[in-house]
Amino acid sequence: MIEVQDLDVRFGAVHAVRGVSFAIAAGESFGLVGESGSGKSTVLRALAGLIPGWTGAMSLQGRALGPKRDRTFFRSVQMVFQDPYGSLHPRQTVDRILAEPLAIHGLDGAEARIRRALEEVSLSPIVRFRYPHQLSGGQRQRVAIARALIADPSVLLLDEPTSALDVSVQAEVLNLLADLRAARQLTCILVSHNLAVVAHLCERLAVMQQGKVVEALDVAALRAGQAQHPHTRDLIALSRDLDG
Amino acid sequence: MISSDWLLSSEPASRRQAAWGRRYQAWLAFRRNPLAVAGLAVALAMLLMAVFAPLLATHDPGAQNLANRLQPPSAAHWFGTDELGRDVWTRILYGARITLGMVVAVVLLVAPVGLLVGCAAGYAGGWLDRILMRVTDVFLAFPRLILALAFVAAMKPGVESAVAAIALTAWPPYARLARAETLRIRDADFIAAVRMAGASPWRIVLRHVAPVCIPSLIVRVTLDMSSIILTAAGLGFLGLGAQPPLPEWGTMIATARRFILDQWWVPVIPGIAIFLASLSFNLLGDGLRDVLDPKQR
Repeated sequence: MIEVQDLDVRFGAVHAVRGVSFAIAAGESFGLVGESGSGKSTVLRALAGLIPGWTGAMSLQGRALGPKRDRTFFRSVQMVFQDPYGSLHPRQTVDRILAEPLAIHGLDGAEARIRRALEEVSLSPIVRFRYPHQLSGGQRQRVAIARALIADPSVLLLDEPTSALDVSVQAEVLNLLADLRAARQLTCILVSHNLAVVAHLCERLAVMQQGKVVEALDVAALRAGQAQHPHTRDLIALSRDLDG
Repeated sequence: MISSDWLLSSEPASRRQAAWGRRYQAWLAFRRNPLAVAGLAVALAMLLMAVFAPLLATHDPGAQNLANRLQPPSAAHWFGTDELGRDVWTRILYGARITLGMVVAVVLLVAPVGLLVGCAAGYAGGWLDRILMRVTDVFLAFPRLILALAFVAAMKPGVESAVAAIALTAWPPYARLARAETLRIRDADFIAAVRMAGASPWRIVLRHVAPVCIPSLIVRVTLDMSSIILTAAGLGFLGLGAQPPLPEWGTMIATARRFILDQWWVPVIPGIAIFLASLSFNLLGDGLRDVLDPKQR
Protein backbone atom coordinates (compact mmCIF):
# COMPACT_ATOMS: atom_id res chain seq x y z
CA MET A 1 0.00 0.00 0.00
CA ILE A 2 2.66 2.50 1.05
CA GLU A 3 6.32 2.19 0.19
CA VAL A 4 9.12 4.51 1.22
CA GLN A 5 12.61 4.00 -0.22
CA ASP A 6 15.76 5.82 0.91
CA LEU A 7 13.90 8.92 2.06
CA ASP A 8 16.27 11.80 2.74
CA VAL A 9 15.23 15.20 4.08
CA ARG A 10 17.48 18.16 4.77
CA PHE A 11 16.54 21.49 6.31
CA GLY A 12 19.49 23.69 5.39
CA ALA A 13 22.45 22.23 7.25
CA VAL A 14 20.31 19.84 9.29
CA HIS A 15 20.11 16.34 7.89
CA ALA A 16 16.79 15.39 9.48
CA VAL A 17 16.07 12.07 7.77
CA ARG A 18 18.84 9.79 6.43
CA GLY A 19 17.80 7.02 4.08
CA VAL A 20 14.64 5.74 5.71
CA SER A 21 12.85 2.83 4.00
CA PHE A 22 9.76 0.87 4.97
CA ALA A 23 6.72 -0.73 3.39
CA ILE A 24 3.20 -1.05 4.77
CA ALA A 25 0.46 -3.39 3.58
CA ALA A 26 -3.16 -2.30 3.20
CA GLY A 27 -5.02 -2.34 6.50
CA GLU A 28 -1.81 -2.58 8.45
CA SER A 29 -0.87 -0.26 11.28
CA PHE A 30 2.74 0.82 11.46
CA GLY A 31 4.46 2.73 14.23
CA LEU A 32 7.45 5.05 14.07
CA VAL A 33 9.07 5.48 17.45
CA GLY A 34 11.89 7.70 18.54
CA GLU A 35 12.94 10.57 20.73
CA SER A 36 12.08 14.12 19.76
CA GLY A 37 14.40 15.21 16.97
CA SER A 38 14.82 11.69 15.61
CA GLY A 39 13.11 12.67 12.36
CA LYS A 40 9.97 10.56 12.77
CA SER A 41 7.51 13.44 12.32
CA THR A 42 9.50 14.65 9.31
CA VAL A 43 9.06 11.26 7.62
CA LEU A 44 5.31 11.55 8.15
CA ARG A 45 5.11 15.11 6.86
CA ALA A 46 7.17 14.28 3.80
CA LEU A 47 4.84 11.37 3.10
CA ALA A 48 1.87 13.72 3.50
CA GLY A 49 3.36 16.13 0.96
CA LEU A 50 3.76 18.92 3.49
CA ILE A 51 7.55 19.17 3.13
CA PRO A 52 9.18 20.14 -0.17
CA GLY A 53 12.69 19.12 -1.16
CA TRP A 54 12.98 15.49 -0.09
CA THR A 55 14.85 12.88 -2.08
CA GLY A 56 14.22 9.17 -2.42
CA ALA A 57 11.10 7.39 -3.60
CA MET A 58 7.63 7.11 -2.08
CA SER A 59 4.62 5.37 -3.54
CA LEU A 60 0.99 4.90 -2.64
CA GLN A 61 -0.89 1.90 -4.02
CA GLY A 62 1.91 1.34 -6.52
CA ARG A 63 1.82 4.91 -7.87
CA ALA A 64 4.93 7.01 -7.28
CA LEU A 65 4.43 10.21 -5.30
CA GLY A 66 5.94 13.42 -6.66
CA PRO A 67 6.76 16.60 -4.79
CA LYS A 68 3.25 17.92 -5.50
CA ARG A 69 0.19 15.90 -4.59
CA ASP A 70 -3.12 16.02 -6.39
CA ARG A 71 -6.60 16.01 -4.97
CA THR A 72 -7.03 12.24 -5.29
CA PHE A 73 -4.01 11.80 -3.01
CA PHE A 74 -5.57 14.01 -0.36
CA ARG A 75 -8.81 12.12 -0.79
CA SER A 76 -7.14 8.88 0.25
CA VAL A 77 -4.50 10.12 2.72
CA GLN A 78 -5.34 12.23 5.76
CA MET A 79 -3.44 13.34 8.82
CA VAL A 80 -4.14 14.06 12.48
CA PHE A 81 -1.75 16.55 13.99
CA GLN A 82 -0.06 16.55 17.34
CA ASP A 83 -1.37 19.81 18.76
CA PRO A 84 -5.16 20.03 18.73
CA TYR A 85 -4.83 23.69 19.76
CA GLY A 86 -2.95 24.53 16.58
CA SER A 87 -4.61 22.28 14.05
CA LEU A 88 -8.10 23.82 14.10
CA HIS A 89 -8.67 27.22 12.49
CA PRO A 90 -9.27 29.64 15.39
CA ARG A 91 -11.90 31.65 13.52
CA GLN A 92 -13.98 28.82 12.12
CA THR A 93 -16.71 26.85 13.81
CA VAL A 94 -16.47 23.06 13.98
CA ASP A 95 -19.19 23.01 11.33
CA ARG A 96 -17.10 25.05 8.90
CA ILE A 97 -13.96 23.07 9.62
CA LEU A 98 -15.77 19.83 8.79
CA ALA A 99 -17.55 21.29 5.76
CA GLU A 100 -14.34 22.42 4.08
CA PRO A 101 -13.02 19.00 2.89
CA LEU A 102 -16.51 18.16 1.63
CA ALA A 103 -16.65 21.40 -0.36
CA ILE A 104 -13.17 20.87 -1.80
CA HIS A 105 -13.89 17.32 -2.95
CA GLY A 106 -17.37 18.27 -4.10
CA LEU A 107 -19.11 15.68 -1.94
CA ASP A 108 -22.85 16.01 -1.52
CA GLY A 109 -24.97 15.39 1.55
CA ALA A 110 -22.72 17.63 3.68
CA GLU A 111 -25.37 17.99 6.38
CA ALA A 112 -25.71 14.24 6.97
CA ARG A 113 -21.99 13.64 6.63
CA ILE A 114 -21.11 16.25 9.25
CA ARG A 115 -23.68 14.86 11.66
CA ARG A 116 -22.40 11.33 11.14
CA ALA A 117 -18.75 12.41 11.49
CA LEU A 118 -19.46 14.02 14.87
CA GLU A 119 -21.36 10.94 15.99
CA GLU A 120 -18.51 8.70 14.90
CA VAL A 121 -16.03 10.47 17.17
CA SER A 122 -18.59 10.58 20.02
CA LEU A 123 -19.05 14.34 19.98
CA SER A 124 -22.41 15.78 20.92
CA PRO A 125 -24.19 17.73 18.14
CA ILE A 126 -24.03 20.72 20.53
CA VAL A 127 -20.36 21.35 19.69
CA ARG A 128 -21.09 21.66 15.97
CA PHE A 129 -21.41 25.44 15.93
CA ARG A 130 -18.83 26.16 18.57
CA TYR A 131 -15.44 27.70 17.93
CA PRO A 132 -12.31 25.70 18.82
CA HIS A 133 -11.54 27.94 21.81
CA GLN A 134 -14.84 26.83 23.34
CA LEU A 135 -13.74 23.16 23.32
CA SER A 136 -11.48 21.08 25.55
CA GLY A 137 -8.27 19.52 24.23
CA GLY A 138 -9.83 16.08 23.90
CA GLN A 139 -12.87 17.49 22.09
CA ARG A 140 -10.60 19.38 19.72
CA GLN A 141 -8.62 16.27 18.89
CA ARG A 142 -11.90 14.46 18.20
CA VAL A 143 -12.86 17.25 15.81
CA ALA A 144 -9.47 16.89 14.10
CA ILE A 145 -10.06 13.14 13.75
CA ALA A 146 -13.56 13.75 12.39
CA ARG A 147 -12.12 16.20 9.85
CA ALA A 148 -9.49 13.67 8.76
CA LEU A 149 -12.11 10.94 8.27
CA ILE A 150 -14.98 12.96 6.80
CA ALA A 151 -13.95 12.40 3.16
CA ASP A 152 -13.44 8.64 3.75
CA PRO A 153 -9.67 8.28 3.35
CA SER A 154 -8.01 4.88 3.30
CA VAL A 155 -4.74 5.97 4.93
CA LEU A 156 -4.53 7.85 8.20
CA LEU A 157 -1.28 9.49 9.29
CA LEU A 158 -1.16 10.12 13.04
CA ASP A 159 1.47 12.55 14.30
CA GLU A 160 1.64 12.03 18.08
CA PRO A 161 -2.14 12.31 18.25
CA THR A 162 -2.33 11.93 22.03
CA SER A 163 0.83 13.47 23.40
CA ALA A 164 -0.68 16.96 23.88
CA LEU A 165 -3.59 15.57 25.89
CA ASP A 166 -4.18 14.74 29.54
CA VAL A 167 -3.43 11.14 30.47
CA SER A 168 -7.09 10.21 31.02
CA VAL A 169 -8.10 11.78 27.70
CA GLN A 170 -5.16 10.09 25.95
CA ALA A 171 -6.64 6.66 26.60
CA GLU A 172 -10.06 7.74 25.29
CA VAL A 173 -8.65 9.16 22.07
CA LEU A 174 -6.41 6.14 21.60
CA ASN A 175 -9.33 3.75 22.01
CA LEU A 176 -11.37 5.86 19.62
CA LEU A 177 -8.60 5.63 17.03
CA ALA A 178 -8.33 1.87 17.51
CA ASP A 179 -12.12 1.47 17.06
CA LEU A 180 -12.24 3.69 13.98
CA ARG A 181 -9.30 1.89 12.46
CA ALA A 182 -10.98 -1.48 12.90
CA ALA A 183 -14.38 -0.23 11.68
CA ARG A 184 -13.03 1.51 8.57
CA GLN A 185 -10.16 -0.88 7.74
CA LEU A 186 -7.75 2.04 7.75
CA THR A 187 -4.07 1.80 6.97
CA CYS A 188 -2.34 3.78 9.72
CA ILE A 189 1.07 5.22 10.37
CA LEU A 190 1.47 6.35 13.94
CA VAL A 191 4.36 8.51 15.05
CA SER A 192 5.00 8.60 18.77
CA HIS A 193 7.74 8.81 21.34
CA ASN A 194 5.71 6.56 23.55
CA LEU A 195 6.22 2.81 23.00
CA ALA A 196 3.10 1.94 24.96
CA VAL A 197 0.93 4.05 22.62
CA VAL A 198 2.50 2.44 19.57
CA ALA A 199 2.13 -1.05 21.01
CA HIS A 200 -1.54 -0.35 21.67
CA LEU A 201 -2.37 0.66 18.10
CA CYS A 202 0.20 -0.96 15.82
CA GLU A 203 1.27 -4.42 14.70
CA ARG A 204 4.70 -3.41 13.48
CA LEU A 205 7.05 -0.62 14.35
CA ALA A 206 10.37 0.93 13.45
CA VAL A 207 12.63 2.68 15.91
CA MET A 208 14.33 5.84 14.71
CA GLN A 209 17.40 7.59 16.03
CA GLN A 210 19.12 10.63 14.52
CA GLY A 211 17.22 10.36 11.24
CA LYS A 212 17.83 6.63 10.70
CA VAL A 213 15.74 3.55 11.31
CA VAL A 214 17.85 1.55 13.76
CA GLU A 215 15.49 -1.38 14.21
CA ALA A 216 12.23 -2.69 12.76
CA LEU A 217 10.25 -5.36 14.54
CA ASP A 218 6.69 -6.42 15.24
CA VAL A 219 4.87 -5.69 18.46
CA ALA A 220 4.72 -9.34 19.46
CA ALA A 221 8.52 -9.48 19.30
CA LEU A 222 8.71 -6.25 21.26
CA ARG A 223 6.47 -7.69 23.96
CA ALA A 224 8.54 -10.87 24.01
CA GLY A 225 11.61 -8.78 24.72
CA GLN A 226 13.34 -9.59 21.44
CA ALA A 227 14.50 -6.05 20.73
CA GLN A 228 18.14 -6.09 19.60
CA HIS A 229 19.26 -2.50 19.28
CA PRO A 230 20.42 -0.73 22.48
CA HIS A 231 18.31 2.36 21.66
CA THR A 232 15.16 0.22 21.45
CA ARG A 233 16.04 -1.30 24.82
CA ASP A 234 16.53 2.18 26.27
CA LEU A 235 13.08 3.21 25.05
CA ILE A 236 11.54 0.04 26.49
CA ALA A 237 13.21 0.66 29.82
CA LEU A 238 12.02 4.24 29.74
CA SER A 239 8.39 3.29 29.08
CA ARG A 240 8.55 0.69 31.90
CA ASP A 241 9.84 3.42 34.23
CA LEU A 242 7.00 5.72 33.24
CA ASP A 243 4.42 2.98 33.73
CA GLY A 244 5.85 1.78 36.99
CA MET B 1 -35.97 35.16 18.98
CA ILE B 2 -33.02 37.54 19.09
CA SER B 3 -32.25 37.98 22.75
CA SER B 4 -29.01 38.26 24.64
CA ASP B 5 -29.49 34.67 25.83
CA TRP B 6 -29.73 33.56 22.23
CA LEU B 7 -26.62 35.55 21.33
CA LEU B 8 -24.54 34.54 24.34
CA SER B 9 -25.45 30.85 24.27
CA SER B 10 -22.40 28.61 24.60
CA GLU B 11 -24.30 26.01 22.60
CA PRO B 12 -25.34 27.81 19.43
CA ALA B 13 -27.69 25.79 17.26
CA SER B 14 -26.73 27.21 13.88
CA ARG B 15 -23.87 28.73 11.97
CA ARG B 16 -25.70 32.06 12.01
CA GLN B 17 -26.19 32.03 15.77
CA ALA B 18 -22.52 31.24 16.39
CA ALA B 19 -21.39 34.08 14.12
CA TRP B 20 -23.81 36.60 15.63
CA GLY B 21 -22.89 35.50 19.14
CA ARG B 22 -19.27 36.25 18.37
CA ARG B 23 -20.15 39.66 16.98
CA TYR B 24 -22.33 40.43 19.98
CA GLN B 25 -19.50 39.59 22.36
CA ALA B 26 -17.19 41.90 20.42
CA TRP B 27 -19.84 44.63 20.66
CA LEU B 28 -20.15 44.10 24.43
CA ALA B 29 -16.39 44.49 24.77
CA PHE B 30 -16.44 47.56 22.50
CA ARG B 31 -19.21 49.16 24.56
CA ARG B 32 -17.06 49.11 27.67
CA ASN B 33 -14.76 51.72 26.08
CA PRO B 34 -16.58 55.09 26.27
CA LEU B 35 -14.05 56.94 24.08
CA ALA B 36 -14.44 54.38 21.31
CA VAL B 37 -18.23 54.59 21.54
CA ALA B 38 -17.96 58.38 21.29
CA GLY B 39 -15.72 58.01 18.24
CA LEU B 40 -18.20 55.63 16.64
CA ALA B 41 -21.11 58.02 17.38
CA VAL B 42 -19.34 61.04 15.88
CA ALA B 43 -18.15 59.10 12.84
CA LEU B 44 -21.64 57.71 12.22
CA ALA B 45 -23.19 61.16 12.72
CA MET B 46 -20.82 62.65 10.16
CA LEU B 47 -21.52 59.90 7.65
CA LEU B 48 -25.27 60.40 8.13
CA MET B 49 -24.85 64.17 7.72
CA ALA B 50 -23.01 63.57 4.48
CA VAL B 51 -25.68 61.19 3.20
CA PHE B 52 -28.59 63.47 4.15
CA ALA B 53 -26.85 66.74 3.29
CA PRO B 54 -29.64 67.98 0.95
CA LEU B 55 -32.21 67.52 3.74
CA LEU B 56 -30.12 69.17 6.46
CA ALA B 57 -28.72 72.06 4.43
CA THR B 58 -30.31 75.47 4.95
CA HIS B 59 -29.05 77.05 1.73
CA ASP B 60 -27.71 76.18 -1.71
CA PRO B 61 -23.97 75.33 -1.35
CA GLY B 62 -23.11 77.33 -4.48
CA ALA B 63 -25.41 80.33 -3.98
CA GLN B 64 -23.35 83.52 -3.65
CA ASN B 65 -24.48 86.68 -1.91
CA LEU B 66 -21.71 89.28 -2.00
CA ALA B 67 -23.71 91.72 0.12
CA ASN B 68 -23.69 89.16 2.90
CA ARG B 69 -20.04 88.01 2.87
CA LEU B 70 -17.91 86.96 5.87
CA GLN B 71 -20.81 87.13 8.31
CA PRO B 72 -20.30 85.71 11.82
CA PRO B 73 -22.53 82.77 12.89
CA SER B 74 -26.16 83.80 13.30
CA ALA B 75 -29.65 82.33 13.23
CA ALA B 76 -29.81 82.68 9.44
CA HIS B 77 -26.28 81.31 8.83
CA TRP B 78 -25.43 78.89 11.66
CA PHE B 79 -21.70 78.82 10.87
CA GLY B 80 -21.57 82.25 9.20
CA THR B 81 -20.80 82.92 5.55
CA ASP B 82 -17.58 82.76 3.52
CA GLU B 83 -15.87 85.33 1.31
CA LEU B 84 -18.51 84.95 -1.44
CA GLY B 85 -21.44 85.02 0.97
CA ARG B 86 -22.07 81.27 0.80
CA ASP B 87 -23.53 79.52 3.83
CA VAL B 88 -20.70 77.68 5.65
CA TRP B 89 -22.98 75.14 7.43
CA THR B 90 -24.35 74.05 4.05
CA ARG B 91 -20.88 73.87 2.55
CA ILE B 92 -19.60 71.81 5.50
CA LEU B 93 -22.44 69.32 4.93
CA TYR B 94 -21.77 69.03 1.21
CA GLY B 95 -18.04 69.05 1.92
CA ALA B 96 -18.52 65.99 4.15
CA ARG B 97 -19.80 64.18 1.06
CA ILE B 98 -16.63 65.00 -0.84
CA THR B 99 -14.08 64.58 1.94
CA LEU B 100 -15.60 61.43 3.49
CA GLY B 101 -16.42 60.13 0.02
CA MET B 102 -12.75 60.43 -0.88
CA VAL B 103 -11.79 58.57 2.30
CA VAL B 104 -14.25 55.76 1.61
CA ALA B 105 -13.10 55.52 -2.00
CA VAL B 106 -9.46 55.32 -0.93
CA VAL B 107 -10.21 52.66 1.67
CA LEU B 108 -12.26 50.58 -0.77
CA LEU B 109 -9.42 50.75 -3.28
CA VAL B 110 -6.58 50.21 -0.89
CA ALA B 111 -7.66 47.64 1.70
CA PRO B 112 -8.47 44.76 -0.71
CA VAL B 113 -5.34 45.42 -2.78
CA GLY B 114 -3.10 45.53 0.29
CA LEU B 115 -4.76 42.44 1.77
CA LEU B 116 -4.40 40.43 -1.42
CA VAL B 117 -0.83 41.51 -2.16
CA GLY B 118 0.28 40.88 1.43
CA CYS B 119 -1.44 37.50 1.79
CA ALA B 120 -0.25 36.29 -1.61
CA ALA B 121 3.33 37.40 -0.94
CA GLY B 122 3.39 35.94 2.56
CA TYR B 123 1.78 32.65 1.62
CA ALA B 124 3.64 32.02 -1.65
CA GLY B 125 7.05 33.15 -0.40
CA GLY B 126 10.02 32.85 -2.76
CA TRP B 127 10.35 35.11 -5.78
CA LEU B 128 6.72 36.30 -5.72
CA ASP B 129 7.23 37.50 -2.16
CA ARG B 130 10.47 39.23 -3.11
CA ILE B 131 9.03 41.04 -6.12
CA LEU B 132 5.86 42.18 -4.35
CA MET B 133 7.71 43.34 -1.26
CA ARG B 134 10.33 45.29 -3.22
CA VAL B 135 7.52 47.04 -5.12
CA THR B 136 5.95 47.81 -1.75
CA ASP B 137 9.27 49.16 -0.50
CA VAL B 138 9.52 51.49 -3.48
CA PHE B 139 6.18 53.06 -2.58
CA LEU B 140 7.02 53.11 1.13
CA ALA B 141 10.28 54.94 0.45
CA PHE B 142 8.49 58.15 -0.55
CA PRO B 143 6.88 60.46 1.98
CA ARG B 144 3.16 60.06 1.40
CA LEU B 145 2.26 63.67 0.65
CA ILE B 146 5.24 64.18 -1.68
CA LEU B 147 4.38 61.14 -3.81
CA ALA B 148 0.73 62.17 -3.89
CA LEU B 149 1.78 65.72 -4.91
CA ALA B 150 3.98 64.43 -7.71
CA PHE B 151 1.27 62.08 -8.92
CA VAL B 152 -1.46 64.74 -8.92
CA ALA B 153 0.86 67.24 -10.58
CA ALA B 154 1.45 64.74 -13.38
CA MET B 155 -2.31 64.25 -13.77
CA LYS B 156 -5.11 66.81 -13.75
CA PRO B 157 -5.81 68.23 -10.26
CA GLY B 158 -9.21 67.10 -9.04
CA VAL B 159 -11.05 64.73 -6.71
CA GLU B 160 -10.43 61.61 -8.81
CA SER B 161 -6.71 62.12 -9.16
CA ALA B 162 -6.45 62.98 -5.45
CA VAL B 163 -8.16 59.67 -4.63
CA ALA B 164 -5.86 57.80 -7.01
CA ALA B 165 -2.81 59.55 -5.58
CA ILE B 166 -3.72 58.83 -1.97
CA ALA B 167 -4.60 55.22 -2.81
CA LEU B 168 -1.26 54.81 -4.52
CA THR B 169 0.56 55.93 -1.40
CA ALA B 170 -1.70 54.24 1.16
CA TRP B 171 -1.66 50.56 0.17
CA PRO B 172 1.92 49.50 1.10
CA PRO B 173 1.41 49.45 4.89
CA TYR B 174 -1.63 47.17 4.42
CA ALA B 175 0.38 44.80 2.28
CA ARG B 176 3.11 44.74 4.94
CA LEU B 177 0.62 44.12 7.72
CA ALA B 178 -1.18 41.36 5.83
CA ARG B 179 2.14 39.73 4.95
CA ALA B 180 3.36 39.79 8.55
CA GLU B 181 0.09 38.28 9.72
CA THR B 182 0.24 35.65 6.96
CA LEU B 183 3.82 34.67 7.83
CA ARG B 184 2.71 34.15 11.41
CA ILE B 185 0.10 31.56 10.47
CA ARG B 186 1.28 30.07 7.17
CA ASP B 187 3.13 27.21 8.85
CA ALA B 188 0.44 26.62 11.46
CA ASP B 189 -1.05 23.14 11.55
CA PHE B 190 -4.52 24.42 10.72
CA ILE B 191 -3.22 25.68 7.37
CA ALA B 192 -1.39 22.37 6.82
CA ALA B 193 -4.70 20.64 7.58
CA VAL B 194 -6.46 22.66 4.85
CA ARG B 195 -3.65 21.78 2.45
CA MET B 196 -4.18 18.14 3.41
CA ALA B 197 -7.85 18.61 2.57
CA GLY B 198 -6.68 19.28 -1.00
CA ALA B 199 -7.43 23.02 -1.12
CA SER B 200 -5.79 25.08 -3.88
CA PRO B 201 -3.42 27.88 -2.84
CA TRP B 202 -5.99 30.52 -3.84
CA ARG B 203 -8.66 28.87 -1.77
CA ILE B 204 -6.31 28.75 1.22
CA VAL B 205 -5.34 32.42 0.85
CA LEU B 206 -8.88 33.71 0.31
CA ARG B 207 -10.83 31.52 2.72
CA HIS B 208 -8.35 30.65 5.45
CA VAL B 209 -5.48 33.15 5.53
CA ALA B 210 -7.18 36.43 4.61
CA PRO B 211 -9.93 36.16 7.27
CA VAL B 212 -7.23 35.94 9.94
CA CYS B 213 -5.62 39.14 8.63
CA ILE B 214 -8.85 41.14 8.31
CA PRO B 215 -9.32 42.22 11.96
CA SER B 216 -5.89 43.86 12.21
CA LEU B 217 -6.46 45.37 8.78
CA ILE B 218 -9.79 46.89 9.87
CA VAL B 219 -8.07 48.41 12.88
CA ARG B 220 -5.33 49.80 10.69
CA VAL B 221 -7.89 51.21 8.23
CA THR B 222 -9.79 53.12 10.89
CA LEU B 223 -6.55 54.46 12.34
CA ASP B 224 -5.43 55.41 8.83
CA MET B 225 -8.68 57.15 7.94
CA SER B 226 -7.65 60.22 9.89
CA SER B 227 -4.39 60.48 7.99
CA ILE B 228 -6.25 59.93 4.70
CA ILE B 229 -8.61 62.78 5.63
CA LEU B 230 -5.61 64.96 6.42
CA THR B 231 -3.84 64.07 3.16
CA ALA B 232 -7.05 64.72 1.18
CA ALA B 233 -7.50 68.04 2.96
CA GLY B 234 -3.81 68.82 2.49
CA LEU B 235 -4.03 68.20 -1.25
CA GLY B 236 -7.18 70.34 -1.34
CA PHE B 237 -5.40 73.07 0.61
CA LEU B 238 -2.49 73.04 -1.84
CA GLY B 239 -4.92 73.34 -4.73
CA LEU B 240 -4.24 69.84 -6.04
CA GLY B 241 -7.33 68.07 -4.70
CA ALA B 242 -10.93 69.13 -5.10
CA GLN B 243 -11.12 72.40 -7.04
CA PRO B 244 -13.17 75.45 -6.05
CA PRO B 245 -16.11 75.94 -5.98
CA LEU B 246 -16.43 72.34 -4.71
CA PRO B 247 -16.87 72.60 -0.93
CA GLU B 248 -14.11 70.17 0.09
CA TRP B 249 -12.97 70.90 3.65
CA GLY B 250 -9.27 71.37 2.84
CA THR B 251 -10.10 73.55 -0.15
CA MET B 252 -12.43 75.62 2.05
CA ILE B 253 -9.58 76.29 4.49
CA ALA B 254 -7.26 77.14 1.62
CA THR B 255 -9.56 79.76 0.12
CA ALA B 256 -10.45 81.23 3.52
CA ARG B 257 -6.97 81.33 5.02
CA ARG B 258 -6.60 85.05 4.23
CA PHE B 259 -9.30 85.82 6.78
CA ILE B 260 -7.85 83.87 9.70
CA LEU B 261 -7.06 86.98 11.75
CA ASP B 262 -10.20 89.07 11.17
CA GLN B 263 -12.94 86.54 10.33
CA TRP B 264 -11.34 83.55 11.99
CA TRP B 265 -14.48 81.37 11.98
CA VAL B 266 -14.43 81.05 8.19
CA PRO B 267 -11.28 78.88 8.01
CA VAL B 268 -11.61 77.47 11.54
CA ILE B 269 -15.00 75.78 11.04
CA PRO B 270 -13.85 73.42 8.26
CA GLY B 271 -10.72 72.89 10.38
CA ILE B 272 -12.89 71.75 13.26
CA ALA B 273 -14.75 69.42 10.89
CA ILE B 274 -11.47 67.84 9.75
CA PHE B 275 -10.28 67.59 13.33
CA LEU B 276 -13.50 65.96 14.55
CA ALA B 277 -13.60 63.50 11.67
CA SER B 278 -10.00 62.38 12.11
CA LEU B 279 -10.27 62.24 15.91
CA SER B 280 -13.45 60.17 15.79
CA PHE B 281 -11.95 57.67 13.35
CA ASN B 282 -8.84 57.46 15.49
CA LEU B 283 -10.82 56.75 18.67
CA LEU B 284 -12.94 54.23 16.80
CA GLY B 285 -9.81 52.50 15.54
CA ASP B 286 -8.32 52.33 19.01
CA GLY B 287 -11.52 50.80 20.36
CA LEU B 288 -11.69 48.29 17.52
CA ARG B 289 -8.10 47.27 18.15
CA ASP B 290 -8.94 46.29 21.70
CA VAL B 291 -11.87 44.22 20.48
CA LEU B 292 -10.69 42.73 17.21
CA ASP B 293 -6.94 42.40 17.42
CA PRO B 294 -6.23 38.94 18.83
CA LYS B 295 -2.76 40.02 19.87
CA GLN B 296 -4.17 42.55 22.33
CA ARG B 297 -6.17 39.95 24.23
